[in-house]
Amino acid sequence: MGVKALDHESLNENVKKVQYAVRGELYLRASELQKEGKKIIFTNVGNPHALGQRPLTFPRQVVALCQAPFLLDDPNVGLLFPADAIARAKHYLSMTPGGLGAYSDSRGLPGIRKEVAEFIERRDGYSSDPELIFLTDGASKGVMQILNCIIRGQGDGVLVPVPQYPLYSATISLCGGSLVPYYLDESANWGLDVNNLRESVAQARFNGITVRAMVIINPGNPTGQCLSEANLREILNFCHQENLVLLGDEVYQQNIYQDERPFISARKILMDMGQPISKEVQLVSFHTVSKGYWGECGQRGGYFEMTNIPPQTVDEIYKISSISLSPNVPAQIFMGLMVNPPKPGDISYLQYVRESKGILESLRRRARIMTDGFNSCKNVVCNFTEGAMYSFPQIRLPPKAIEAAKDAGKVPDVFYCLKLLEATGISTVPGSGFGQKEGVFHLRTTILPAEEDMPEIMSSFKKFNDDFMEQYEDVKM
Amino acid sequence: MRRFVIGSARSLIERSRQNYQSQRPLISSSYRLLSSTPAADSPSSSSSTMAPPVALNTINPKVIECEYAVRGEIVTLAQKLQEEIKTKPDAHPFEEILYCNIGNPQSLGQHPITFFREVLALCDHPTILDKSETQGLFSADSIERAWKILDQIPGRATGAYSHSQGIKGLRDTIAAGIEARDGFPADPNDIFLTDGASPAVHMMMQLLIRSEKDGILCPIPQYPLYSASIALHGGTLVPYYLDEATGWGLEVSELKKQLETSRSKGITVRALVVINPGNPTGQVLAEENQKAIVEFCKQEGLVLLADEVYQENVYVPEKKFHSFKKVSRSMGYGEKDLSLVSFQSVSKGYYGECGKRGGYMEVTGFGADVREQIYKVASVNLCSNISGQILASLVMSPPKVGDESYESYSAERDGILSSLARRAKTLEDAFNNLEGVTCNKAEGAMYLFPRIDLPEKAIKAAEAEKKAPDAYYCQRLLTATGIVVVPGSGFGQVPGTWHFRCTILPQEEKIPAIVTRLTDFHKSFMDEFRG
Repeated sequence: MGVKALDHESLNENVKKVQYAVRGELYLRASELQKEGKKIIFTNVGNPHALGQRPLTFPRQVVALCQAPFLLDDPNVGLLFPADAIARAKHYLSMTPGGLGAYSDSRGLPGIRKEVAEFIERRDGYSSDPELIFLTDGASKGVMQILNCIIRGQGDGVLVPVPQYPLYSATISLCGGSLVPYYLDESANWGLDVNNLRESVAQARFNGITVRAMVIINPGNPTGQCLSEANLREILNFCHQENLVLLGDEVYQQNIYQDERPFISARKILMDMGQPISKEVQLVSFHTVSKGYWGECGQRGGYFEMTNIPPQTVDEIYKISSISLSPNVPAQIFMGLMVNPPKPGDISYLQYVRESKGILESLRRRARIMTDGFNSCKNVVCNFTEGAMYSFPQIRLPPKAIEAAKDAGKVPDVFYCLKLLEATGISTVPGSGFGQKEGVFHLRTTILPAEEDMPEIMSSFKKFNDDFMEQYEDVKM
Repeated sequence: MRRFVIGSARSLIERSRQNYQSQRPLISSSYRLLSSTPAADSPSSSSSTMAPPVALNTINPKVIECEYAVRGEIVTLAQKLQEEIKTKPDAHPFEEILYCNIGNPQSLGQHPITFFREVLALCDHPTILDKSETQGLFSADSIERAWKILDQIPGRATGAYSHSQGIKGLRDTIAAGIEARDGFPADPNDIFLTDGASPAVHMMMQLLIRSEKDGILCPIPQYPLYSASIALHGGTLVPYYLDEATGWGLEVSELKKQLETSRSKGITVRALVVINPGNPTGQVLAEENQKAIVEFCKQEGLVLLADEVYQENVYVPEKKFHSFKKVSRSMGYGEKDLSLVSFQSVSKGYYGECGKRGGYMEVTGFGADVREQIYKVASVNLCSNISGQILASLVMSPPKVGDESYESYSAERDGILSSLARRAKTLEDAFNNLEGVTCNKAEGAMYLFPRIDLPEKAIKAAEAEKKAPDAYYCQRLLTATGIVVVPGSGFGQVPGTWHFRCTILPQEEKIPAIVTRLTDFHKSFMDEFRG
């Protein structure tokens, strides 16, 4: 008997090509060290609750009641749960006769999709069709589903920002497609220049690639930049001219830390631009319960909204959703609560606002603390985190450090991040995991560690960094 | 071998291939001269001649090719009729739609297991664990179990992404549950918790299928997740036929025959899917049968993909569920001898928690380098939902004798299982009483798969409507009675035979009315089409 079916050499090549640094080498090393007893600060993934952020009270109350509906029959339930949570639990249970334990419609419960559509309408000022909104087990599953529809083979390319969140590169690999990079401009606060887009598309087509789609992450991950209205218009015009479907990853839309560029959805701008473009550009927009100030990563709740996708294609996408039967129902309820939170006058409203504001204001402060902290370090330059949850400082590694990395058989930023980890317990993700210009190095960290821990973390980083630079810098003239 | 392709899809696939091949690369220099202001007449020749990127003829042809009948055409029609009854209650000769198409117990009135829901609610809202009122609302052992689980979660944060294989402590519990079930040890590092068993199946297909030259042996009839997943990943389904005459028996000789035939056609067969208890067929494999299957996989170097999601659904005293892990270990086969992936879910059994999307695969018998790849793919999605992970651990370690909740738990469990067994028998007898219908016993799982001998006239009527004969029968059944079942062609069957799959899940008090409606419909159908 020769090679067994599940031997490494006989695995699907597309699987072997996949890289996902967020839980790659650094994370695995950090986990090893943690097992050995070292204190690790995990800043490798946008996972707020893991770093002490508390869940919002109201949604947890509602979902707990939906999990155990027999509580609703108990006369003492009001001692533990406020009346509006009880009412809301009954509202969601009425949408699903089988409760949380039944497969829902494969697109998600119609009642919740309606709540999502209403949220989109309030946010953007344009109506949204619940039939074109599909709930998914996290936004990532939605991204994978849509990319799988678009990519037919190696000849199909998808424009992806560099740096990018490696879900995109990994999924394109898995689907056997081609990633067409467009570079964000670090010197312009990670701005998007349409010239870069045109160049990338031209290059790809020259290489025989059919460019099919463009990904924007707004606010950006790992870069945090918020797109301006002008930028969004340029992008939409570009997609219209080049016949690309626009994939708008808007999962960080609640995480905005400056006032010059509030979040505007791609769909709103598209509708603002009027016909013909508003009826012709194909757009899929993604959102989640994992980010924002909710941070409910573990629930796996998300949705995608389709604009200008032909009905027959929507049917095919529905068919694919139906193979997995349905997204998990508790997360659907989290999504409903997120888009339809307590209103003024509700019993839980003040607590909800207090908790939410507390988190957002703290995130804003931490974004500033971290940016300033990095900028105070030798050979480190850091753009301000305008939005999302990350800081992406550029580390100007001296030539001797790069040499040392080569000798150790490691990519330079991986080398730096491993040393950082071993010295301080801070677990980051090397910039090479997100893509960067040749010869320019970064790392990604989150702004999520508790505010009271920030000063110590930043000073610990500064000490390590400045010592590292001292160690590897050439003798000064 | 048969590929599950819709007739019209073939031409669509051809057309999209032609589109794709006709693109010509553009010269790069023309773009460097453009300014950033978008020109209305931009020299992009591709946009004026190409279809939009996401149109039916430009999307991935594998998406078009795959099918999933369980929520297919007949269900769409049922939903339409359901809407019509809502607005006009007299629109149809029935008051309600009865969804017997899908194994979704709680949607038809089955209650969840109280203890499980208590623990889940407490884990969702741990703040109340400290309150005294909680003692009055929850059983003491559910509170204790919630504490135990929360202590296994870093920071007690149920809203955080976990380890990509699932929370370690929960995997320990599941491994212990597997060991208690089988009598052979299980390693928590072999366990990957997933959003239901289905994503785990997809993961394995992704790993195993490199091109259409890679084949996966699947039972016919099969649960169409397998055919759909194989199509989506671009592989080839290699069918092996279960023998209806012997209660859907699985013969290794049939496996060998299909393996050889496909190999002679240049297919590399990579794995064997076995669904035990079977779906839609309901047979529970005898241990000797399982040993022969294990031996076959070992000799031929195939991965054994054991779908065991119905392991708690066995309704006949003469059969017992044995996991393939247990069987292979009892034969003395270990990690070096057999690559085995076992799938389990929280959706079936007596717990029926479909909407939670909880499940796992236990992967044994392959090298660390392959395990790394599986981990890597799992990590791209970060982790499965935490609540589903907790539920999977509860399913694999429910209350024990002596626990406060044990009596109520076991009463709920036994009530559901004995009711399922009764409904399986009642419906089996009802089907066997219909003219031209034979129905094998449902030894396990949640379905009956009766065979109908359709008269020639009915087959012609179906052809006239461009429908498969069993789909035609099912549609007529739906419009006459409101009962939704899935045509056998959605699962695969010996050509020229017709079946449909009906669940045993409607509540017991509804069963007599269902039997009456079905019987009346069938009689009038046969009256209409009898030779």
